Amino acid sequence: MKRVVITGAGTINALGHNVPETFEAMREGHCGIGPLEMRDVERLAVQIGAQVSDFASDKIFNRQQLALYDRFTQFALIAAREALAQSGLEFSGALSAKSGVVLGNSGGGMQTLDENYRTVYEDGKNRVHPFVVPKLMNNAAASHISMEFNLKGPSFTVASACASSNHAMAQAFQMVRSGMAPVMITGGTESMLCFGGVKAWEGLRVMSKDACRPFSATRNGMVQGEGAGVFVFEEMDHAKARGADILAEVIGFAMTSDAADIVMPSRHGASRAIAGALEDAGVNRDEVGYINAHGTGTAANDKTECSAVADVFGPHADRLMMSSTKSMHGHLIGGTGAVELLACIMALRDGVVAPTIGYEEADPECALDVVPNEAREASIEVALSNAFAFGGLNAVLALRRI
Amino acid sequence: MSVKDRVIAIVAEQAVLEPSDVTMESTLEDLGIDSLGLVESIFAIEEEFDISIPFNANEPENSEFDISSVATIIAGIEKLVDSAAA
Repeated sequence: MKRVVITGAGTINALGHNVPETFEAMREGHCGIGPLEMRDVERLAVQIGAQVSDFASDKIFNRQQLALYDRFTQFALIAAREALAQSGLEFSGALSAKSGVVLGNSGGGMQTLDENYRTVYEDGKNRVHPFVVPKLMNNAAASHISMEFNLKGPSFTVASACASSNHAMAQAFQMVRSGMAPVMITGGTESMLCFGGVKAWEGLRVMSKDACRPFSATRNGMVQGEGAGVFVFEEMDHAKARGADILAEVIGFAMTSDAADIVMPSRHGASRAIAGALEDAGVNRDEVGYINAHGTGTAANDKTECSAVADVFGPHADRLMMSSTKSMHGHLIGGTGAVELLACIMALRDGVVAPTIGYEEADPECALDVVPNEAREASIEVALSNAFAFGGLNAVLALRRI
Repeated sequence: MSVKDRVIAIVAEQAVLEPSDVTMESTLEDLGIDSLGLVESIFAIEEEFDISIPFNANEPENSEFDISSVATIIAGIEKLVDSAAA
């Protein structure tokens, strides 16, 4: 089996338009959540979210590109450009033929759907723009990355709700580890902050109207975010041979299914995924210093996740740190695991553990060190990133410091 | 503006050209308009004139709407606009 390293990272999310801005915001415990700005916001019961602001897409993309790129594709391309630039890779010949893109995404082109449903249902028009389908299809972002960077190997999109990015990155990891691809571009993207997207989530009654406070006794729900995270997963020898700067090593993953309930999380499904990732990575429990939690800020997720971690780690659960950066960048749904992997890279590489902000009061059912409110310096050897999706689909990744 | 000038303006915008660069003899291929550009142009023309153009991208040669040159496109649209007004 090949070893797999990360040689490039890129993002755009509510905390920043690139990785350095996002790291800075995570170190400072900034909150990217604020009042939503969108048409008909006054008709929403939930009026907050972690939107990407100061985003001038017409300065980044030309008119023809904008006609074809839904916002989730725009986010993915911006993040991919940053990641590929950092990696220094260019794709031609055999490298191009074997390398591909696996992205996580849940909703597809929700902005495009929303706008065009308005056109036909609300405005009563009988004609829509011809690019509606190529804009809204879930694989549009992966396809445009493949085109922009000449990636001709395996490319597709993975949809498993809130675990989409972790499932996608696990798939890319497997492809590089098995020797199938020397390089895979991976991560996730989502842009669900449109009227229909927020309205749908409102219906579930799991959204907070004021803040995302994971693990705090005062938590009252999740807050949606948007954005993308994209990484370059590269075979280690390939990366070393060209003198690449290595950000971290991906050492293992596991995926499990609760096979129980369409929305309620399962302690057992989560703990099997965490334990499975450790086993796949071949690491001892006490090597894990940091877990980026799924930590949605809902009553059910956070206590279930804490009990799963306690189950797996035993006494070491009290010594490791586990934070939820969703408190800052919101829940990016299908893109969330990708942005959260950045917190793992920051912990491993910079020795800074991102905090869980908005933490107000201890909850005995979440009695772990959740790094409340302030980032902490620590030497972290191994980090995990949890994702537990609706539908009971779980995916956990394990990373090691290089 | 005449139907002709309005169509040329739409085609020119799609081709990222000046209207003066679009001649009646030009084909869409000459102008660098690909298949997606074609359906986008047809959409823009339908919106401009509030007409419905009978065009099927699967068999353009058998469509009632002749897209072989700018002149045939304009002629087809003039006919559709006239019948819509009638």
